[in-house]
Amino acid sequence: MKGLTLDAALARLLIIVLMLLTLLPFLSMFSAALAPSGSYPPGLAWPENPQWVNFAKAFEVAKMDQLLLSSLLIVIGTVPLSVLFATMAGYGLAKFDKGRGRWFYLVFVLGLTLPFEAVITPLYYEIKALGLLNTRFAIILPLIGLYMPFGVYWMRTHFVNTPKELSEAAEIDGASEWKQFWLVHVPLARPAIMSLAILQFLWTWNQFLLPVVLVQDPLQRTMAGALGAFQGQWGTDVPLLCAGALLILAPTIAIFLIFQRQFVAALLQGAVKG
Amino acid sequence: MIDRTNQIAGAAAAAPAKSRRRAGIGRRTAIAALLFAAPAFIMYAAFVLVPLAMSVFYSLQRWDGIGKMRFVGLNNYLIVLTDADLLQVIGNAFLLAAWFTLIPVVLGLAVAAAIREHLGGPFGTATRTILFLPQVIPLVAAGIAWSWMFANTGLVNQALRGIGLEALARGWLGDFTFALPAVGIIGAWVLLGLCTMLLVTGITKIDPSLYEAARLDGAGPWDEFIYITLPGLRQELGVCVTVTVIAALASFDIVYIATGGGPGIQTTVPGLEIYRLAFAHRQVGLASALAIFLMVLVLVCVLPIQWLTRVRR
Repeated sequence: MKGLTLDAALARLLIIVLMLLTLLPFLSMFSAALAPSGSYPPGLAWPENPQWVNFAKAFEVAKMDQLLLSSLLIVIGTVPLSVLFATMAGYGLAKFDKGRGRWFYLVFVLGLTLPFEAVITPLYYEIKALGLLNTRFAIILPLIGLYMPFGVYWMRTHFVNTPKELSEAAEIDGASEWKQFWLVHVPLARPAIMSLAILQFLWTWNQFLLPVVLVQDPLQRTMAGALGAFQGQWGTDVPLLCAGALLILAPTIAIFLIFQRQFVAALLQGAVKG
Repeated sequence: MIDRTNQIAGAAAAAPAKSRRRAGIGRRTAIAALLFAAPAFIMYAAFVLVPLAMSVFYSLQRWDGIGKMRFVGLNNYLIVLTDADLLQVIGNAFLLAAWFTLIPVVLGLAVAAAIREHLGGPFGTATRTILFLPQVIPLVAAGIAWSWMFANTGLVNQALRGIGLEALARGWLGDFTFALPAVGIIGAWVLLGLCTMLLVTGITKIDPSLYEAARLDGAGPWDEFIYITLPGLRQELGVCVTVTVIAALASFDIVYIATGGGPGIQTTVPGLEIYRLAFAHRQVGLASALAIFLMVLVLVCVLPIQWLTRVRR
């Protein structure tokens, strides 16, 4: 390893400070979570008598097991279909590299910067008319639609950059369009598809606006939506709130730590392309 | 799902076969391409395009969400552009954008410019993992964590008291002057890691010989930063600013949790106001006008950034 120059040492110091700043809110929540329930703990201090029972209590009052299941169902309902549709559309629209047909792609791209708030009011009335309010479908169906601009953009960018010869070779072999797609292009696109799936998993798990507006029952919501409800109910009990928030965060953080490399790559690429 | 896939597969495979030979490859491919795009388009149309059209339609009405609609033309837009409270709400979004953007970009640039090398090894992995944590957790959790940090007995006040600045301690999120900057700091905390890592990654792509050449020409560190680092990071800076500006203008989660828009309307942002107008005050028309306005506002802010920072080759 190279010896550190003064600049590099300073940069490392700066990075360490940034890391500490990033971790502080978590540590502060953790120390509060161990204080006696209902008390007003200091911002950051190791409690004399750590109340680990707060976590058990929060698990129970938040109905964590049911929350996990609900979020999981929403993710399972949303991500596979959304990724499949986006991959198909990205593949199809990549064929129109110029000329007519491009407008079709532009319609998708126009949605890239759309804030969800811009459509949330009519979505409420639409979901109500479909009789889906207060069900998980109220989150799943709109999310699939709302993910399309990014998903199509992401997958088309991938397919535009794959060599045309691949398709031509498959065509000569007499493979149908669908076979070419499914047997040749999808396997090759696996990294792009995985990144898209990771991003959409995160976005779904953390989705807040849709559950707040469309689903009253916290047990039918995403993790983030349930956390909002949990704060509304237990906001005055700081130790319990912190314990509950940390519990609700735990699954995401665990998955993130396991797939750290893939997540970071996906988030960096996602930002660059989005 | 499997049924559906098969249907689409069948349709996609059958379509080219059915179309006539003399229509030519181009047409067959075009039909297949459109069929591939059909499911995505149907979902997009049903849950984005249709609601968007409904939003435009509502924005021209006076409607309480239940009773009869009354056509009022562009009146709702006029209110959005003239009502003092709504203008303050829109202004808040821009103030937040300054906080969300400046802190992460400036700190990220400082780190990137100083380190200018790939963050490898265990230290690099630890850095990436920790700095990305705020990107992975729900914004709601960031809001809860920081509500606690900024609370009366929270860490921020504890630290101030610890260094003898007791007079400054306060309930930050309930303070008329400091609530908005406090929310701005929450957003900056969330976006800091992403911007830093984007810029650190970006700077490793700059050709090191540029720096050597500059040094031979007698350039100082500041010149290097202005003439090599900044232009070299143009694309990454564009990405950072785009992401942070959108996060601020379209913010909802953090504000909803941390302050609920208060005190007064000091921290209310358009996203929260749309939600309130539509579902608490039953002014669906006005809420929709603000929603369309917000959508256009984001586009108007983001497109020039994209255009300015595009890499021309």
